[in-house]
Amino acid sequence: MAVCVAVIAKENYPLYIRSVPTENELKFHYMVHTSLDVVDEKISAMGKALVDQRELYLGLLYPTEDYKVYGYVTNSRVKFVMVVDSSNTALRDNEIRSMFRKLHSSYTDVMCNPFYNPGDRIQSRAFDSMVTSMMIQVC
Amino acid sequence: MRARSAGRSLGAGGRRMADAVLFEFLHTEMVAELWAHDPDSGPGGQNMSLSVLEGMGFRVGQALGERNPAWLPPSSSPWAPQAWPGDPPASAWPKCLPLPPRLSRETLAYREELDILKFLCKDLWMAVFQKQMDSLRTNHQGTYVLQDNSFPLLIRMASGLQYLEEAPKFLAFTCGLLRGTLCTLGVKSLVTASVAALPACKFQVVIQKS
Repeated sequence: MAVCVAVIAKENYPLYIRSVPTENELKFHYMVHTSLDVVDEKISAMGKALVDQRELYLGLLYPTEDYKVYGYVTNSRVKFVMVVDSSNTALRDNEIRSMFRKLHSSYTDVMCNPFYNPGDRIQSRAFDSMVTSMMIQVC
Repeated sequence: MRARSAGRSLGAGGRRMADAVLFEFLHTEMVAELWAHDPDSGPGGQNMSLSVLEGMGFRVGQALGERNPAWLPPSSSPWAPQAWPGDPPASAWPKCLPLPPRLSRETLAYREELDILKFLCKDLWMAVFQKQMDSLRTNHQGTYVLQDNSFPLLIRMASGLQYLEEAPKFLAFTCGLLRGTLCTLGVKSLVTASVAALPACKFQVVIQKS
């Protein structure tokens, strides 16, 4: 269960960012922003050496004391960043991968929507509900 | 969900039978409609219609660039349907594309421009026109010529030199399609088309270095 989900465009501005409502949402925005550096580093590091092996899923970007940040990059350089609660140790790599796959396929659905202009903020309700299903239920 | 996956078992790879024909009809009507609104066909008006068509193709190409899976290495067969838990439902897939093959692991396979162009010639063309591009030539300096000897959107028109003047407007959408897919994959380009004799046509892709 994610605490914050963000979709970042190729030019590194957010297309969609949503976090669990807490008092300090800005903290999540900041975490996502700093994780972009790590993403860029991972992409360029693998760039020359093992391009065959380069996966879309980037894995754990960096851990903090309360949260872990995971990343995923598509062929069109759109990045998905997910912040997960550290205390939730039951969350395994496979589950994170499948959450990213779901994000990717919902994002392609949004792209194929003729009413969506590439580069705009994502306002699709279907996408919203898919992200809601991934986030922690906070009452 | 179950009804949609039942629909997927239509033939190998879940191809829908009438899709290609529907796309051809739609395309013909698009061209006819854009030309109909232009009684004084001076050079200005025609260029508008061409750029509108190209723009439409561009938007579709952008979506297709996201939708198509990474290019598979030649050893594996691309069209063997493989079950994958995260497959999108068949109805979410654009009508004329067969269901996508899934890699055992999601990989980014575009090492260089040539790989991207090969992807256009093989996978994109196969997905949209159910055939592969006939030849790809390059001068290794950013210009590629893609040749299709029997382009599906021209094949119904004539075979030879008749209607040669009318042919370019039927290629505008496809030029945009190529440009849009390249744009999603991160390559800025300029695509033009030329016809020497129907139904063979050539698409010239010039990569813009920024």
